[in-house]
Amino acid sequence: MVTEHIEEQLPGAVQDKHDFRGDHTIVVGAENLLAVADLLFKEGFQFLVDVTAVDWPEREGARFDVVYHWLNLTSQERLRVKVPVAEGASVPSLVSRFKTADWYEREVYDMFGVIFDGHPNLQRLLTWPDFPGHALRKDFPLDGGDAFCMDGCTAPYNRG
Amino acid sequence: MSEMNLQEAVVTTRLDAVVNWGRKNSLWPLPFGTACCAIEFMSVMASKYDMSRFGAEAMRFSPRQSDMMLVLGTVTNKMAPVLRTIYAQMAEPKWVISVGVCASSGGMYRTYATLQGIDRIIPVDVYVPGCPPRPESMLYGVMKLQEKIEKEGLGMRKDHIRRFYESLERQKELEARTGLTGQQAIREMLLDAAATGAPTIF
Amino acid sequence: MDSIAITRQMLDGDRMIVNMGPSHPVTHGTLRIVLELEGELIMKATPEMGYLHRGVEKLGENLSYNQFIPLTDRLDYCSSILNNVGYAVAVEKLLGIQDPPRSRVIRVMVSELARIADHIVCLGINAVDIGAFTAFLYLFKQRETIYDLFEMAAGQRMHTSFTRVGGLMRDLPPEFLPLFDRFMEECPAAIDELETLLTRNPIWHDRTKGVGAMSIEDAVNWGYTGPCLRASGLAQDLRVAQPYLDYETYDFDIPVGTTGDVFDRYLVRVEEMRQSLRILAQAKRKLAEVGPGPVIVEDYKIALPPKEKVYTRMESLIHHFKLIMHGIEMPVGEVYSSTEAANGELGFYIVSDGGKNPYRIRVRPPCLPIFSSFDEKVRGRLIADAVAELGAMNVIAGELDR
Repeated sequence: MVTEHIEEQLPGAVQDKHDFRGDHTIVVGAENLLAVADLLFKEGFQFLVDVTAVDWPEREGARFDVVYHWLNLTSQERLRVKVPVAEGASVPSLVSRFKTADWYEREVYDMFGVIFDGHPNLQRLLTWPDFPGHALRKDFPLDGGDAFCMDGCTAPYNRG
Repeated sequence: MSEMNLQEAVVTTRLDAVVNWGRKNSLWPLPFGTACCAIEFMSVMASKYDMSRFGAEAMRFSPRQSDMMLVLGTVTNKMAPVLRTIYAQMAEPKWVISVGVCASSGGMYRTYATLQGIDRIIPVDVYVPGCPPRPESMLYGVMKLQEKIEKEGLGMRKDHIRRFYESLERQKELEARTGLTGQQAIREMLLDAAATGAPTIF
Repeated sequence: MDSIAITRQMLDGDRMIVNMGPSHPVTHGTLRIVLELEGELIMKATPEMGYLHRGVEKLGENLSYNQFIPLTDRLDYCSSILNNVGYAVAVEKLLGIQDPPRSRVIRVMVSELARIADHIVCLGINAVDIGAFTAFLYLFKQRETIYDLFEMAAGQRMHTSFTRVGGLMRDLPPEFLPLFDRFMEECPAAIDELETLLTRNPIWHDRTKGVGAMSIEDAVNWGYTGPCLRASGLAQDLRVAQPYLDYETYDFDIPVGTTGDVFDRYLVRVEEMRQSLRILAQAKRKLAEVGPGPVIVEDYKIALPPKEKVYTRMESLIHHFKLIMHGIEMPVGEVYSSTEAANGELGFYIVSDGGKNPYRIRVRPPCLPIFSSFDEKVRGRLIADAVAELGAMNVIAGELDR
């Protein structure tokens, strides 16, 4: 099992792990991400499927979870790696290892404001350059807080 | 009047009736396709529904060569200045059909990124509801536009389009004065319009 | 519009800057590509996206699990049902339930129909972009039949919203199967027709062969999935590799290419349509084997009880009320579930905090990583190749930008 391999070879890197509905998740610190990615690559997890993030504004310490999904094309195993990161802190970029990380990381930066160290071109991807704030943060209103956006709209979405 | 004596016949009619008859039966559509409705519009152009039955099959992707714009799909705030530029570039007299709820009112996307209806930034002649509208509805929209063209006076569109060009000049002037991008300038103008209670910026 | 600034420095060189998009016939939606040219050669292509960013993921956090289904329609709008199915499979994984057998067979049927429809659009439009209009007109007849079938099943041609959490919106109507049989008879002939038009057409060869070739290693590194990855030569298909909806019980082959160029992708897509027809024939037999039965789970904490029960039984009325007002009781947790959509791996990553709405819903769009490699694929080639390449990537702005 790859989780055990990581724990053996990088002692202390895996801060937490859990399984849910057959999905394996490990939590690693930002400082160990590159080492873990390299190790995963050697173990056969050569396909970086997805990079995204989740915002936990009430959580102590690290506000965001940057979530990576890896796939092993030989054994068809999947592994989720979560990297907790505080607001304003940064995560090492995986662009040098996985070209696919380029746009995914730009999107996470755009939507959450997480900074990726070593990214060659960390610009907004989906929204426009002077977009106020980061859209997928929980404190960002759905209508963008713009008066003209919701002008004349009366039916609110049922929140919560 | 039989066909035999057609050569000697004199037909009298009004100038605008003839011009409008010509205009309505030779519309040159510009598909401004952004999303799902554009895929459905392909069906309208393809063999089964076949828009050429209504004299509007000569699709042109250049706004300079077309006089009927079909806005097919969601227009986001990022796309808004593009839409205005393309509308300005179209040949006069120009008509706009807003196809689908996203173009007409923002539809289900009541979010930070979506323009809540293209009629806030450009004049619209016909709205086609649906998400996406069936090809029949789009054809019906074109027929409705033809009916509208039939009833127009020749000078009517001039006034309509002049108002738009004035607003475009205001936008350009605002951009030049403040250094805003097109998108920001449109936003400023929309906020101004909202403050005065005007529904549109033109 | 101004987000890629065309700087003085860029203009001063010998290179010419050409702006393709955001409203351009080959961009199939709204993409913008800034090309730096030397003569006809592309020295650099800077793709820009986000012109159709509608905030779907943010909306998903404000909608309940079933309310999100209409938004999944509008991701890859050429094959809406595949997105519906992918999302329903993801939520069912989160709940830890399985939909009834009849629903599973019907899901496979409509999925494969949608895959054929998507490939028809992709191939037809790719050919139109290159200049071959006839194939588009020939193929769209079949697509119309598929849309008629969808309309019978779900009531809408394109945006079907056919699935629900735990099953389907309703069973297939009795008129569905006769038209389905007719489609099964006519479609192979239409695919043959397409092949006679294109496969041995020397102009088509000249325009597509060698354009956008990519090795398996590069394709994996770029995150390619679906027909684009298979055209490079790797037989990775989630229907076989990580079967869902009992795909392991169907007998079909995975077509692979050798070089990954536009021509290979065309061949892979054509062959996939044939394989989908094989699956459809088996699914029809299976549907008869399964026989009539429920198409949605009979757990009234997940699926709405039937209307007649709501009107006559107190308990059902309460279930109905609870489901509408408080939503489905979701476990706390997170799942990533992926299905093979027409463009590749469509993933849904759902984080639940036990509330009515998802805490975070992430759509992993298949064409985003594919489109991100655009620069590498067209650099040093002609503008005409960029057009062929963009069509064969099948970039759908709805799922690209969300």
